[in-house]
Amino acid sequence: MPYVVERKPLTLSERLYLPQILSGMRVTLKHLFARNVTMEYPEQRPAIPAGYRGVPTLVKDPHGREKCVSCQLCEFVCPPKAIRITPGEIPADAPAAHVEKGPKEFEIDMLRCIYCGLCQEVCPEEAIFLQNQYSMTGYTREEMVNRKARLYELGGTLPDNHFKWDKKKEAAEHGGGH
Amino acid sequence: MISAPKPDLVTVNIDGRDLAVPKGTNVIEAARQLGIEVPHYCYHPKLSVVGNCRMCLVEMGLPAVDPATKQPIIDAATGKQKVNWMPRPQIGCATNAMPGLHIRTNSPLARESREGVTEFLLINHPLDCPICDQAGECKLQEFSTAYGRGYSRFIEQKNVKPKRTVLGPRVTLDDERCILCSRCVRFCKEVAKDDVLGFVDRGSYSTLTCYPGRQLENNYSLNTVDICPVGALTSTDFRFRMRVWFLKATPGIDPESSVGVNTEVWSREGVIYRITPRRNDEVNDTWMADSGRLLYKQVRAEDRLLAPAIGGGATAPEMALKAAADLLRSGAAYVVGSGRSTVEEQFLTRRLAAALRAPVALVSRTGAGDRLLVSADRNPNVRGALVTGLVSALPAARLDGLAADIDAGRVRTVLAVGEDLADAGLTPAQLAKVAVVYLGTHRNATSAAARVVIPTLTVFEKAGTFVNQQFRIQKFARAVPGPQGVADDLVTLAALATALGGAVVPADLNALWQVIAAEVKPLALVTHANLPSTGLLLDATPWAALPFVEGETLHFKPAAPAAATA
Repeated sequence: MPYVVERKPLTLSERLYLPQILSGMRVTLKHLFARNVTMEYPEQRPAIPAGYRGVPTLVKDPHGREKCVSCQLCEFVCPPKAIRITPGEIPADAPAAHVEKGPKEFEIDMLRCIYCGLCQEVCPEEAIFLQNQYSMTGYTREEMVNRKARLYELGGTLPDNHFKWDKKKEAAEHGGGH
Repeated sequence: MISAPKPDLVTVNIDGRDLAVPKGTNVIEAARQLGIEVPHYCYHPKLSVVGNCRMCLVEMGLPAVDPATKQPIIDAATGKQKVNWMPRPQIGCATNAMPGLHIRTNSPLARESREGVTEFLLINHPLDCPICDQAGECKLQEFSTAYGRGYSRFIEQKNVKPKRTVLGPRVTLDDERCILCSRCVRFCKEVAKDDVLGFVDRGSYSTLTCYPGRQLENNYSLNTVDICPVGALTSTDFRFRMRVWFLKATPGIDPESSVGVNTEVWSREGVIYRITPRRNDEVNDTWMADSGRLLYKQVRAEDRLLAPAIGGGATAPEMALKAAADLLRSGAAYVVGSGRSTVEEQFLTRRLAAALRAPVALVSRTGAGDRLLVSADRNPNVRGALVTGLVSALPAARLDGLAADIDAGRVRTVLAVGEDLADAGLTPAQLAKVAVVYLGTHRNATSAAARVVIPTLTVFEKAGTFVNQQFRIQKFARAVPGPQGVADDLVTLAALATALGGAVVPADLNALWQVIAAEVKPLALVTHANLPSTGLLLDATPWAALPFVEGETLHFKPAAPAAATA
């Protein structure tokens, strides 16, 4: 069924033209002196709220020991299968030899990552955290894969309340609980 | 007329359900038949019962009888015979079924007992699960989740023990995780007959160790890793390499000898990580030899043949097949089959030899049998060649017949299916006199001398069947895909047989089995899909007179006096 558009004739103020221009200028001038609502992004950075889920990173404990023991639970739980770990044994003469196991290689494919934070939630060693970093860019697919060195660079050191492995080493050195 | 002896059945009542089981069945096995799991650590169906873990505590009772009249006492409320429940829980593994035995596996007392045992076991158990290789298949982990209290009341310091004790060349012990179930000790004593393990010290100091000056180095040492209910005994080869929940288990057959040990091949994304035994009570129980567990390394070996070649130069598969067919068609050919090939490949090899009217020889491989799970015949499938009619006599270790034929100029082309001719006694001069077509997996002297080389798949990359020393035909599945560009052995052999003028045969396993069943009389009733996972015994009488080399092994006694003693 054809729909007839009703065309109203212009009112007097519309026909006069100037009042319309002035009301438009009022809006423009209001924004000219109002507070800025946008951000000059690359120069200015937003404040990140607590609990923000940024790029997943690996962290070290305050003694500089890598906390990840390559249990591969994050690899298992990762919904888009972005995490790939090659487990390895820590050599017997290394300072962290009492932990026995650590990642030989740790890769997170940021083209796959969906920032869900399940890896952080599942980690029994509190070694993986989604921190404040939110901008990942690269020119190639290869560049978008965060390898172990880059993950520690992004993650840095976080405080540790447990020192589970250090306590255990201490116990072993002091008679093994007997 | 003598009737078969009836198994002596006794009726027991488990959680209110009656069950008839053979006399001598223990409570754990009886409950398993009803689908009820009685948790246990130290009990193993193939080892003696010690009852030291106390995890399988259940409540037991016997029907009440009047001591004076021996009449059953009837409970007036239910009208049934009263049951006298024992005041204390009893262990299920060391209690055999007896008439009228009543069991409660899930009563408050049984549940409380399990919770108590679990708590004691966890007192000194380290919180190692993130780095423990057993995590995911650990009985302690499973039962703690199912029967534990979920939190720890233990505030004292945990016991610390050595974590990297090397027990032998293939086994590493993490002492802290050990729950002292003694399965490994019993295995070494009772099955491997190499009594090297034992406990020293007392109480929470108790430690598993080898006898002084000895190592756990027998060829069955890795079975202790398999039966360890926790992560105490670990395989040095598999240690820290992959979490078990990522691995896919494929049923396999151990190709190292004619015992035909059933295996599980564990792989992830086309990479094999370990091989463990698969239970088959007629062949290998739950054991396998260490030597068979490392065979997966051949899949990614450096010297793997990966592309077809003519005269040493890489070529396309069709060109290599055509060149091979042309060489073989020129006449005076000789076929060297293999006792390592599957039944299906041997059938196709026979077809091929028939099309060529060529004589066929196999190469035997022998070694000392260990009376357990490695037999004297180190070919897994010599009997398959007999069954399919590829050969009618047992093979020799050297190809003297072929050597004589080459010297006399009666043979111009040799088709070697997976066998190294130089290893089988042919000299380089003899190899140079003939054109060799080599189908094989790895580089060797024969592949170097061959005119045409066509790569084939290892036993882990293909499906098929082997016939073991008992004439039991057992199937295995493909665990990992083969390397890119390497065709399945069946495809290669079928294409060659067709190119040489034989009837067209399908290379697909199921379709091929219809042809095999129609043509090979002993396999008339067999299809690959319907073959049970424990194998099928074939009638061995046509070959009973052959002097097989195998001696006695587990579940096998040679029918005739063996030519060579094990």
